Amino acid sequence: MTYGVRSGVVWFGATLALDDVSLIVEPGSVVAVVGGDGAGKTTLLRSLVGKVRLERGEVDAPPPEAIGYLPATAGSWLSLTVAQNMDFVGGIYGLSGQELVSRRDELLERASLSSSADRLASQLSGGMRRKLGFSMAMVHDPPLLVLDEPSTGIDPVSRVDLWRLVSEAAAAGAAVVMSTTYLDEAERAASLLALDGGRTLANGTLADVLASFNGTITRISTPHRRAWAWRRGREYHEYWPTDTAVPSGAVTVTPDLEDVVITMSMLKRREREPA
Amino acid sequence: MRAMIVKEFRELRRDRRTLAMLIAMPLLLLVIFGYAANFEVKTVKVAVVGPQATLVTATLPSSFFDVTVTKPSDSRSDAVRMLQDRTVNVAIVTGRKPVLALVDGSNLFASQSIVSVLNKEGNKVSTQILFNPELKTSWVMIPAIIGLILTFIGTIVTSIGLVRERETGTLEQLAVMPIKPSTVILGKISPYFLVAAIDMSIITGLGMLLFGVPFNGNAFVFTLGAALFLFVVLGLGVFISTISQTPGQAIQTAFMFLLPQILLSGVIFPLDSMAAGVRWIGYLLPLTYFTMISQGVMLRGASLASLWLPFMVLTVMAIVVFSGATLRFRRDLAPGRRRHGRAVAAEPAVAPTVTQAGIGS
Repeated sequence: MTYGVRSGVVWFGATLALDDVSLIVEPGSVVAVVGGDGAGKTTLLRSLVGKVRLERGEVDAPPPEAIGYLPATAGSWLSLTVAQNMDFVGGIYGLSGQELVSRRDELLERASLSSSADRLASQLSGGMRRKLGFSMAMVHDPPLLVLDEPSTGIDPVSRVDLWRLVSEAAAAGAAVVMSTTYLDEAERAASLLALDGGRTLANGTLADVLASFNGTITRISTPHRRAWAWRRGREYHEYWPTDTAVPSGAVTVTPDLEDVVITMSMLKRREREPA
Repeated sequence: MRAMIVKEFRELRRDRRTLAMLIAMPLLLLVIFGYAANFEVKTVKVAVVGPQATLVTATLPSSFFDVTVTKPSDSRSDAVRMLQDRTVNVAIVTGRKPVLALVDGSNLFASQSIVSVLNKEGNKVSTQILFNPELKTSWVMIPAIIGLILTFIGTIVTSIGLVRERETGTLEQLAVMPIKPSTVILGKISPYFLVAAIDMSIITGLGMLLFGVPFNGNAFVFTLGAALFLFVVLGLGVFISTISQTPGQAIQTAFMFLLPQILLSGVIFPLDSMAAGVRWIGYLLPLTYFTMISQGVMLRGASLASLWLPFMVLTVMAIVVFSGATLRFRRDLAPGRRRHGRAVAAEPAVAPTVTQAGIGS
């Protein structure tokens, strides 16, 4: 059983938030939805969980009982303790008694939150709060796990912890969809969907996306064409289409996901700009 | 400095709610204090009963006494019942010397005016004030304050609780959980309902203990009225939460609902003394009707039958306000559920292949 959105179209007033976007996630795998601010990541995830209605297209999702969702916001009730948050959500999903206690303790242990069980969620660090949100989304062992930017704004160590939890969930058979602005996270996913301005830039495995790239990327300290260059560390990377000659002496690099997504975004935006 | 002032004006221009308060509040206060702030009662409703009822009716100064009932066959007990039901403000019992004027003390300002007018008649009239013999302000205010407290909890506290849920994003989480919107709403407001009910009991008890306010009527009638009123104000709280994004906005909006209730519901200024152009606003406010019930039951021992009007209005308000507010809240909570879960083909909807095309071609 796969889950996803087929040819989803969403309008917010006069703004086209999703334009014919499709997403597929299979059990036991992680799909990363990547894109910058306003790309449509949250809208896509919300349409998958039923929070946003599609103007056109279809959603293939299990019933709410079988979905675990971590929104991009707090993800927990700040005036409740860690354990109370888990108990509340577990109760909503029909868990009680020893079953709930065992599941709660197991998830808090895996998220390294056992020692903080009695702390208020408002007293947790950003990373701990996201791990709590993740544990709450996992409390009923859902077949579909939808995580909206679980790692945004948290420290690198917490990011590693979160990824471990995500990987464990997928290994246990859950279909995981997560949005992220970090391309290194997307590289670790089984497949990725890159969005820009509500439109699909790329959709497939990392190898597929990289293989689809046409053109050349060069590395240079002062770019020849600012409009086609972006900073990478102390240098710039610059894109050259296949029909444009690369300047002699330019150092070419093998494009990584960041290069490919940035290039695709540039090309899409150039397409949309009036001639 | 200039940049700061310009920035402040720009923010203010976009904060329509504050702007509305800045413009509407002075206008509201002007209208209220100009047309509504009037303690003077110009006319009162009178019943004249007893053998000489017709004769006495003819002698009463019609500029102040508006005789609505003249029944020679009725007795003192009928007169008391009319006062209990608030059909009239004063009942004159004839057939004795001097004639007896029974005054409804639960209508403070009217009864003060009545006593003042009747005192001028000297020995011709014997005056007896019922339900609030010493014309204590606290006796009249405390039943109304109970309504104000319920309004405060129902609108401000409830709306803040709901808005905070939205602001922190947990409402979004609830929206995707297998929990019905009606359950979310009921689960959210039930504690406030309970707290408000406890508050009401405490205030009523303390009012009776500290100020000697009587409780002459049926506790069930009072509880029923309070429950209906609570549904209205909780509905208002839910409604406010649907039009507010932050607790600050919710407080601002709730204040706009609260202020007219304090000033125009008859709690402070008698409704009968207000100009007709303002009085109708008072008749749209739920607190007006709760005060009728609470004062009626506590002070006059009014029956459910005699309070049919405030009960009916509150019932209609509770249904309209609560249903409307919960429907709005429900729409916020689950806009996508209708399409959600629609089955597509068992096969993957789209093969996970690269869909970008023509890069660099």
